Amino acid sequence: MHLLEPRPHPSRVMRWTAPLIAVAATLLTGSFLFWTLGKPVLTSFHVFFIQPLETGYGWSELLIKACPLILIAQGLAIGFKARIYNIGAEGQLIVGALFGGGVAITTEGMDAAWIVPAMVVAGAIGGALWGAIPALLRTRFNASETLTTLMLSYVASLILAYMVNGPWRDPEGMNFPQSIMFGDSALFSILLEGSRVNTSLFITLAAVLLFWIFNAKSFMHFQIEVGGLAPAASHYAGFSAKQTVWFCLVMSGLTAGIAGVGEIAGPVGQLNLNISPGYGFAAIIVAYLGRLHALGIVLAGFLMALIYLGGEAAQVSLQMPYAITGIFQGMLLFFLLGSDVFIDNRIRRLV
Amino acid sequence: MIEHLIPILAGTLGAAVPLIFAGLGELVAERTGVINLGVEGMMLVGAIAGFAAAAESGYGVTAGLPAGALAGAATAMIFGFFALSLAANQAACGLALTIFGIGLSAFIGQHYVAYSLPGLKPIAIPLLSDIPLLGPILFKQDWVVYLSFLAFAGIAWTLAKTRLGLLLKAIGESPESAHAIGYPVISIRFGAVAFGGAMAGIAGAYLSTVYTPLWVQNMSAGRGWIAVALVVFASWKPARLMLGAYLFGAVTILQFHAQGLGIMVPVQFLAALPYVATIVVLVVISRDRRVLQNNLPASLGKPFLP
Amino acid sequence: MSHTVPRLELIGITKRYPTIVANEDVSLTVLPGEIHAVLGENGAGKSTLMKIIYGAVKADAGTVLLDGHEVNIANPAQARRLGIGMVFQHFSLFETLTVAENIALVLDEPFDLPALATRVKEVSEHYGLPLDPNRMVHSLSVGERQRVEIVRCLLQKPKLLILDEPTSVLTPQAVVKLFETLRQLASEGVSILYISHKLHEIQSLCDHATILRNGKVTGKAVPREETPGSLARMMIGRELPVCEAPIYEGEHRPVLTVEGLTLEPTSPFGTALKDISLTVNAGEILGIAGISGNGQAELLLALSGEVTVEKETIRLDGKPIGHLNSGQRRNRGIVYVPEERLGRGAVPPLSLSHNALLTAHRQGMKNWGLVRYGKARDYADECVNRFDVRGADASTNARSLSGGNLQKFIVGREIMLKPEVMIVAQPTWGVDVGASAILRQALLDLSRTGVAILVVSEELEELFEIADRIAVLAQGRLSPAQPRAELNAEKVGLQMAGLFDHADDGRTAASMELNNASA
Repeated sequence: MHLLEPRPHPSRVMRWTAPLIAVAATLLTGSFLFWTLGKPVLTSFHVFFIQPLETGYGWSELLIKACPLILIAQGLAIGFKARIYNIGAEGQLIVGALFGGGVAITTEGMDAAWIVPAMVVAGAIGGALWGAIPALLRTRFNASETLTTLMLSYVASLILAYMVNGPWRDPEGMNFPQSIMFGDSALFSILLEGSRVNTSLFITLAAVLLFWIFNAKSFMHFQIEVGGLAPAASHYAGFSAKQTVWFCLVMSGLTAGIAGVGEIAGPVGQLNLNISPGYGFAAIIVAYLGRLHALGIVLAGFLMALIYLGGEAAQVSLQMPYAITGIFQGMLLFFLLGSDVFIDNRIRRLV
Repeated sequence: MIEHLIPILAGTLGAAVPLIFAGLGELVAERTGVINLGVEGMMLVGAIAGFAAAAESGYGVTAGLPAGALAGAATAMIFGFFALSLAANQAACGLALTIFGIGLSAFIGQHYVAYSLPGLKPIAIPLLSDIPLLGPILFKQDWVVYLSFLAFAGIAWTLAKTRLGLLLKAIGESPESAHAIGYPVISIRFGAVAFGGAMAGIAGAYLSTVYTPLWVQNMSAGRGWIAVALVVFASWKPARLMLGAYLFGAVTILQFHAQGLGIMVPVQFLAALPYVATIVVLVVISRDRRVLQNNLPASLGKPFLP
Repeated sequence: MSHTVPRLELIGITKRYPTIVANEDVSLTVLPGEIHAVLGENGAGKSTLMKIIYGAVKADAGTVLLDGHEVNIANPAQARRLGIGMVFQHFSLFETLTVAENIALVLDEPFDLPALATRVKEVSEHYGLPLDPNRMVHSLSVGERQRVEIVRCLLQKPKLLILDEPTSVLTPQAVVKLFETLRQLASEGVSILYISHKLHEIQSLCDHATILRNGKVTGKAVPREETPGSLARMMIGRELPVCEAPIYEGEHRPVLTVEGLTLEPTSPFGTALKDISLTVNAGEILGIAGISGNGQAELLLALSGEVTVEKETIRLDGKPIGHLNSGQRRNRGIVYVPEERLGRGAVPPLSLSHNALLTAHRQGMKNWGLVRYGKARDYADECVNRFDVRGADASTNARSLSGGNLQKFIVGREIMLKPEVMIVAQPTWGVDVGASAILRQALLDLSRTGVAILVVSEELEELFEIADRIAVLAQGRLSPAQPRAELNAEKVGLQMAGLFDHADDGRTAASMELNNASA
């Protein structure tokens, strides 16, 4: 006898409490981890999850990290509903950044208001293109997008490495693999004095709103959802599976590409090898944690941003390697997937 | 030209070892219908565990490989708990395992960043290694390369000729039927996943204790994912997996010989070759849907609760 | 007789599921060498009861006695060791393995395929169930697969053999052969539990019958001493409902025509269609008989447009539509009710209004790419009311409906689209008698409004009830359609075996019994 049995009806309560259970389980396991490492549990907790939010600057940093995560996750979530697993958003982010960075570098020294919008558009195109390749390979040749998107993200980071080591290397950068620092006209304007929060925030806000309406109301979204829940029903109804693949991959590439521009024209300010601390992968977790729902993703994005900040703080205050962030991310996704099982199932009742 | 060819081909065999172990392990798991996308994570955990064991014990690779295997199997059990016991989404669980494994290995690995290990010396097999051309390529290798031949032979034989092989295939086709006739599907799948983990762990340990031989964060560099792609390329057949692994081994080795061969291409482009090759290979094999479906374990990736 | 120790005795078996009680206080007795029927309609609890005996499901209460000893059967492997064999309704075979390999997996003995193959041949021939042990299961017909299941049981020398609805996959002639085998087994002392909802089969084969309704025993009978009417009353609590087929008075014209349709299989183990031609006229129901796996899935895909074919091979009102996909064909008035209700005809976790949207979005439910959910809700509500979908409203999830109610919703949804052509696969598969009658009548009524309807069904009785003309699909070929009045079970059965040209030839040994059975 197996320990689970299907519920007569899926649990709505579980659907929204599963993320909370997952977070709780992650924290619990996390404290165990701190304890085994001989770190004081309460202090570690404080450093990881509270200290980053004790200052206004901390909150502004939270916002800076949450924005790209939320933006990318919105695009990914649509694909995940259709069971199109784009796990190469990192690569699409990089290509978006390369396209946007290209605009910034070619317009160096110019002072015009259109430069940043042009970078955003270029980044969107770049990301969308990098998403379109797996779409083509999937629709034309039936190649699994999971593997191709991931392989393309390795390729993207090597192209980035080539560009900042070669053609776009800053001639005065002492041979570091990085481009020139962008001028003010190629950077988003700072919104809050003394922080790094900038106008790219509005892009994320607009995206949340648009995706919210799209998810709740559009027929395209209905088709996507049917394609994921019951592919045969989608086929039966005559919905185009190819259209869904193209839409989802291009859309998620596009949002990732814009997020890439948000980084290089924001906190990073140039092209270098560290333009993203794995946002493209973390956004996968954000999308699931946010229940693939436009607003849920916002909350999940903030939580993930906190894990990033906590990881940085732990590095400084607890001398723990930054890699702890990855451990927390992996645990969170595991626990989330585990709790999700209880939406449709329950522990088997005896008699 | 010929003076390049022998080292390239001999190097290919070594470069293919991680892909062979990881790929064969994943192949066995997928035969039972479980797709574990966490190979990359298991490899990295195996790599650091193997490296630590080799460095701390003083027994080198002899301790490193078993430690890698154990660590890989242990991380695979985490995947097993979520993806098999709870029947959660396999693809997402594998992803979680990869993210977790990258983090965990980097976390442990911080203590070993500055170390390096002696690696392994090739063992020339008497007589055989004297065969012109083939001898130095096939029979002057380290013992793990020979172990990879054995692993292939053992797995291919088990899958094709034994009741266990038959059972694994049957479960991969229809866990429902296997359950109906009374087999403990979840336990058998657990075994296959653990085996896959152990093999991925060995692959990782080979990288860190023999191939490189030092610990670098994220050192598997996508080999785990390439191994997953190879299983598709191989249409779930061990012999074709070997072929694929050697192909990729050659592509990997080619980077280091490119300059000697007079190929003047930026190093990043050469480094991108295995990834591009993976995509090409996937396209070629997936193009004919029917060929793929004929060999695809029918229940692959589908959650099963008895 | 009364002193014989019963082979199997069930006392007070009860099994509850979260939403239903599958078995309540069920008791029955089977003697050695007896063929005992468990009769009941879909959902009466027959399959659960058999799974309890076979150890696949654990009862909440009750006792199982085997040869007079109380047994506690924990799993199928133990059941087999105790001498219980089961032939599943949905086979537990592996398509990618050979016959012998499939059998080897259930035997507790050293792994020796060549030796096993010899034994398989011997046993299968002894019982008149010829099998080639080295063939792959996917290349076998459904009837042959059933043989594999039976032979697999027989190799374990069972004392009790359970067969769950075994005849739904067989031609009438093959049914007769199966019955011969079962009688032979019974004469050798094997007890047989025979599960079915087909009254005539039980009357011709079984010594005793236990009748189940809603999980409870509602009668015990000697079937030969009963009439179909009296058995039906015990089974469903009333007379079998009968459909009325009024005469069509509208214009007779061909609406959907297929000419020389040839199609390679779309799935790895599918069946190719060979040169299929058919015509469906306005105001009639054309029935396609045949056992599933003979090209039914492929024909339906080609007709619905899920697989497109050469432009000229399919025509609607004379205009070629073969190249159009399912959405485009729907735009032209072809609707389709598939065999798989959950997952194809309906999206299980979505509400009925979303499921209405699935195919009825053309009915003004979209505006600038946005969905008018109010309209979808109204449509679903109307469908629920008009077609008597019980215990549901527009917000109910599709998967929480029973098979019959979901089918009423899907058929209703498609009828409300006001189609010109309607294609229906297995309209009443797994549906209870009451809902079946409503569905059949709805199809008849729709056809008499001038709609051309094509029904693909495995249930011959159903086609004889509602179809005006019947064609048989066998091994990817379609026989010419003949008016129902010119056909009987035997003729259709011969065509199912692929003998189109000999349907009128001499009478087989089986024919006497067949005619008795279908009377």
